[in-house]
Amino acid sequence: MFTSFGKYILLLRLSFKRPEKFKVYWAEIMREMVSVGIGSLGIIAIISIFIGAATTIQVAFQLASPLVPLSIAGKISRDSNILEFSPTISSLVLAGRVGSNFASQIGTMRVTEQIDALEIMGVNAPGYLISPKIIAGITMVPILVIVSICLGITGGYIACMAGSEITPSDYVAGVVDGFDGLTIRVALVKAFVFGFLIASICSYQGFYTSGGALEVGQSATRGVVYSCVMILFADLVITRLML
Amino acid sequence: MIEVKDIVKTFGENEVLKGISATFQTGKNNLIIGGSGSGKTTMLKCIVGLHEPTKGKVFFDGENFTEMDFEQRVPIRTQIGMLFQNSALFDSMTVEENIMFPLNLFTNQSVSEKRDRANFCLERVNLKGRNKLYPAELSGGMKKRVGIARAISMEPKYLFVDEPNSGLDPKTSILIDELIAELTIEYKMTTVVVTHDMNSVMGIGDHIIFLHQGQKWWEGSNKEIAHTDNQELNDFVFASKFMQAAKDKL
Repeated sequence: MFTSFGKYILLLRLSFKRPEKFKVYWAEIMREMVSVGIGSLGIIAIISIFIGAATTIQVAFQLASPLVPLSIAGKISRDSNILEFSPTISSLVLAGRVGSNFASQIGTMRVTEQIDALEIMGVNAPGYLISPKIIAGITMVPILVIVSICLGITGGYIACMAGSEITPSDYVAGVVDGFDGLTIRVALVKAFVFGFLIASICSYQGFYTSGGALEVGQSATRGVVYSCVMILFADLVITRLML
Repeated sequence: MIEVKDIVKTFGENEVLKGISATFQTGKNNLIIGGSGSGKTTMLKCIVGLHEPTKGKVFFDGENFTEMDFEQRVPIRTQIGMLFQNSALFDSMTVEENIMFPLNLFTNQSVSEKRDRANFCLERVNLKGRNKLYPAELSGGMKKRVGIARAISMEPKYLFVDEPNSGLDPKTSILIDELIAELTIEYKMTTVVVTHDMNSVMGIGDHIIFLHQGQKWWEGSNKEIAHTDNQELNDFVFASKFMQAAKDKL
C-alpha cells in the first residue's frame, strides 16, 4: 500500500512538471473540461432533480406534524442538497462516468504503446495526459456541483407543485430562510477535493496498467472503487473539519 | 552512430539480456534478429530508454544516454523516430494531427509549415490525401506507413523500428522494408530494426545481430548469413524447407 501511495505521489509530481509547450497543453485542458463538464451535465441534471424532489417529499412526510411549520422541509431539503447530496452523490456518479473514462483511456494508451510513443518523442507523458484531467476535474466538478444544487432545489419545488405534502410557497419560504453561506463553501471545498481525487486516482490506475484489454477493464474498475472510497472518506473529514 | 556496451537487463530473477555490446553505424540498416523471447524488443527498449538497463551503457554519437535524466534526454529524443509493432498512433487524432504532434511540441513552425511537412511526409510514404482519416479507418499497412511518416516528421538522426512486418502481407512487408531502407539513406539515419522476418533480413540487413538466449550469438551482414556455420543461426534463419532449399541453391 505504501509503495502504491509513493508511486501515486511521484506520478503527481511528474504530472505538474513544466509543460513542453503550454499552447498544446491548454488545448488538451479545454478538451478535457468540455468532456468532463458538458459531457456530464445530462446525468448530473437528472440525478439532481430526482434526488431534490425525493428528498423534499420524504422530509415533508417525516415532519407531518401540526407543531412543525412545513417550511422547515424546504430548509432541510436545501441544506441536505447543498451539503451532501449535490457534492457527494454527484461526485460518486462522476467517479463512474468520468473516472472510468480516464482510467480506461490512459490504460488503453499504455497497452497499445501510445504512452511509450509519447516518451520516445521526449514528451512528459504524465504531464501531457494527467495534468489536463486533474485541472478539468478540479474546475468542472465544482461547477457541476453548483448546477446540481440549483437543480436539486428546483427538483424539490417541482415535487411541491406536483404533490400535496407541502405547498410551493412553504417550500420557497423554507429555502430562503436562514441561509448560511458556509454551506456553499463546504460544498465547493468538497467538490474541489472530490474532483482532484477522481481525476488523479483514476489516471494513476490507468497509467500503471499492464497487459491487455482485461487489465484495462480491471484498472477502470479499481479506479472507480478507490475513488468512491476516498470520496466518502474525504467527505467525512471535510464535514468534520468545516462544520 | 549508436554504441551499446555490456547491456544487462533483468526482470526479477529473469535475466533477459546477458551483457550485449554492439555498434550501430550511421546510414545502415542494423537488424536485431532472434527467436521469440530472445530479448530483441527488450534490447531495443533499453537502447531508446523505455527500459532502464540493469547494467551497461548506451551512447548516441558519443553521448552517454543511460546516465542522463529525463530532461537531459529530451534533445536526443527529439532526434529519435520510432515505429512501434502496432504503430502506436494516437487514436483521438487524425493522421495529420498524429504527424504534426511532435512538430507542435518541439518546433516553432507556423501551422501552414507544419501542415506542409505533414503533407510531405504523407506523400513520402505514399499516403497523400489521407490527412483527415483516423487510425481506426486505416488498414494495418497504412497504419505502419503513417507511423513511419510520424517518425520522420522531425527529420530524425536515429530510427528505431519494432517488428515492421508483423501482421502484414508479404507484398506490403517488402514495401515497408524498402521504405525504411530508402529513408535511412535519404536522412542519413542510424536505423535499428527488430525483426524475425527473413525477407527483411535478406533484403535490407546491412548489419545483423542475432540474439539467442539473451546473448549476442552472431554478427554480420545479409551476404554473410547464408554461409555461416553457426548452428543456432542456421536453425533460426533456415528453419523452413523453402529457406533451406534457397540456401542450398546459393
